[in-house]
Amino acid sequence: MQTLVPETDVVKRIVAERRGRPGPLLEILHAIQGELGYIPGGAVPVVAQGLNLSRAEVHGVVTFYHYFRRSRPGTHTVQICRAESCQSMGAEALAEHARARLGIDFHETTANGRFSLEPIYCLGNCACSPAVMIDGQLHGRVTPERFDALIAAGEKAK
Amino acid sequence: MTTIVYVPGDAGALSLGAGEVAAAILAEAKRRGADVTVVRNGSRGAYWLEPLVEVVTAAGRVAYGPVSAADVPALFAADFLRGGVHPKAHGVTDSIPWLQGQQRLTFERVGVIDPTSVADYVKHGGYRGLTRALSMSGADIVQAITTSGLRGRGGAAFPTGIKWKTVLDQRTAQKYVTCNADEGDSGTFADRMLMEGDPLSLIEGMTIAGIAVGATQGYIYLRVEYPHALRTLQAAIAAATQAGYLGADVAGSGKRFDLEVRVGAGAYICGEETSMLESLEGKRGEIRVRPPLPAIKGLFGQPTIVNNVITLGSVPWILDHGADAYANFGTGKSRGTLPIQLAGNIRRGGLIERAFGLTLRELLYDYGGGTATGKPIRTVQVGGPLGAYIPASQFDTAVDYEALSGIGALLGHGGIVVFDDSVDMARMARYAMEFCAIESCGKCTPCRIGSTRGVEVIERIIQGIDAERNVQLLEELCDLMVQGSLCGLGGMAPFPVQSALKYFREDFRARPR
Ligand SMILES: Cc1cc2nc3c(=O)[nH]c(=O)nc-3n(C[C@H](O)[C@H](O)[C@H](O)COP(=O)(O)O)c2cc1C
Ligand code: SF4
Ligand code: FES
Repeated sequence: MQTLVPETDVVKRIVAERRGRPGPLLEILHAIQGELGYIPGGAVPVVAQGLNLSRAEVHGVVTFYHYFRRSRPGTHTVQICRAESCQSMGAEALAEHARARLGIDFHETTANGRFSLEPIYCLGNCACSPAVMIDGQLHGRVTPERFDALIAAGEKAK
Repeated sequence: MTTIVYVPGDAGALSLGAGEVAAAILAEAKRRGADVTVVRNGSRGAYWLEPLVEVVTAAGRVAYGPVSAADVPALFAADFLRGGVHPKAHGVTDSIPWLQGQQRLTFERVGVIDPTSVADYVKHGGYRGLTRALSMSGADIVQAITTSGLRGRGGAAFPTGIKWKTVLDQRTAQKYVTCNADEGDSGTFADRMLMEGDPLSLIEGMTIAGIAVGATQGYIYLRVEYPHALRTLQAAIAAATQAGYLGADVAGSGKRFDLEVRVGAGAYICGEETSMLESLEGKRGEIRVRPPLPAIKGLFGQPTIVNNVITLGSVPWILDHGADAYANFGTGKSRGTLPIQLAGNIRRGGLIERAFGLTLRELLYDYGGGTATGKPIRTVQVGGPLGAYIPASQFDTAVDYEALSGIGALLGHGGIVVFDDSVDMARMARYAMEFCAIESCGKCTPCRIGSTRGVEVIERIIQGIDAERNVQLLEELCDLMVQGSLCGLGGMAPFPVQSALKYFREDFRARPR
């Protein structure tokens, strides 16, 4: 996922495009993460300067929200729902299985850079628990076998 | 002539393979030279039957489900395009008992129409409410909402008309209508279903709100966990704008209303309305101290309506059919209908919209059919992660605001999560504290520190360390959090813990390890 355009240029362009909108910081961070996959540390001063905020303020927003990540994600992001409804249908066992299958804990990325594992608290699929989201695709009633099949597909896919 | 086949594009249906089913139907139709048009509708809410495929026949829409891609050739062989017999056939959709008994007002079009087609929406009664509203004064629209008895469906159950009146009464140039689509409670998906299945009803409801109070700009604050809803909302906003229902001249009235979606970033607390406003302004989602109320000083310091998706989505029906027609449903101070979400360990889970007043037992057994695992139901959690656990001995309680608060529980956003008898209530209590610790905005100590301490104390109980003393400690900690927290997260996170302690004490005793 090497970008040819330096990250700073991407960030500058995004800030320039959106600085005039009302309350633009969250939108800008979304756009940065959308293009780069995460919010690089170097983006913070650029955004701060563009919006006339202190670095601390921008940093404070980045760290407040669970969705914004400060490290590059794996090729595939696997989110396992850990909230009550999914727990009632075995989400904890599924989480255990996922850790073992991927060999990583939550908030980690596999050594080959293929998968990042993230917890999530409800995907709105609670009538089809347990739920998993992989790269924005939702999966319901996920058994360990189905999880393995999804991961196998992710290992093959680009 | 082409045969119309509905295959839901709803995220829940997709999660069970609806995308593959749609592709398989098109491929098989092509192979057989059959003329088929596939429409991606929302979900009817019967998730136990999803993917639910419907075929338009002379007898009406006929349902098949749950359909997998592998079933498709056999469905064609059984002549399902003309409603043919097949083991997965359920006859006419509207006569499936689970759906037939429902009273769908807010969800009347969900799963029925093509979600982003303005023409289909109008054909099914859409925009009649707005047309009515445009012939009324702002004060009369607000009065109609008050008379309907509609209370906020986001959790706090505040009378919607009173909130709108406060905004109407402010004399400022700029006002806002914001929709709280943060739907963070586990066990809830009604907002998602409405936004994916009938987004124009939310758009119409927000437009009516704007016309009523004199606001020209609306924002939908949508959680980032709902990418499908985001796409549908954006398509629907574009379609409504194109058709002249949004923008500088709403339906030729000369009135302006613009609408846009803003996406959250994975913080449960941003569902609390003042935190949501901070987040909409692009800041950390820290709670604002009240007063002032958002209705007086809300988004960017201006008077702002904050309402839940279902609250706003119910407005078009009320304007179209009349406030009294809505108020005729329900019981006591709980007027109208409630979209109940049956979730977790349940055989027939999904969305049930009925007038207030059904009991938990009717929902869990008549609709739900008991647990998915076939074991007895031990408890249900109503109202999300801040809601109480209710034991089986109280399943005759009605699902309305007053009856639930009468037993120390709360309705919240109407989600019911079912657990079978394998649930360990000490672990669920620990999770409640853990969740509070993860999601705390950090502004006050009882919530931020108390929840972390709560996790530690319950962990010790689970490990059998000094259980009795630690249970007492836990009870004191809960009291402290309830009394000393600034908002509902810290203030209500103890509710599931306290109810678990009260009804399932045995799970907190010293246990064999
Ligand atoms: C911790 C917390 C989380 C909340 N989450 C939501 C939510 O996700 N969606 C929602 O509509 N209301 C939520 N609320 C309630 C809102 O603060 C507010 O009452 C509601 O959005 C007002 O709209 P309504 O009157 O239409 O219900 C939450 C409240 C608290 C204390
Ligand atoms: S109770 Fe918790 S979430 Fe609410 S204001 Fe205090 S610290 Fe923030
Ligand atoms: S609790 Fe897992 S999808 Fe809602």
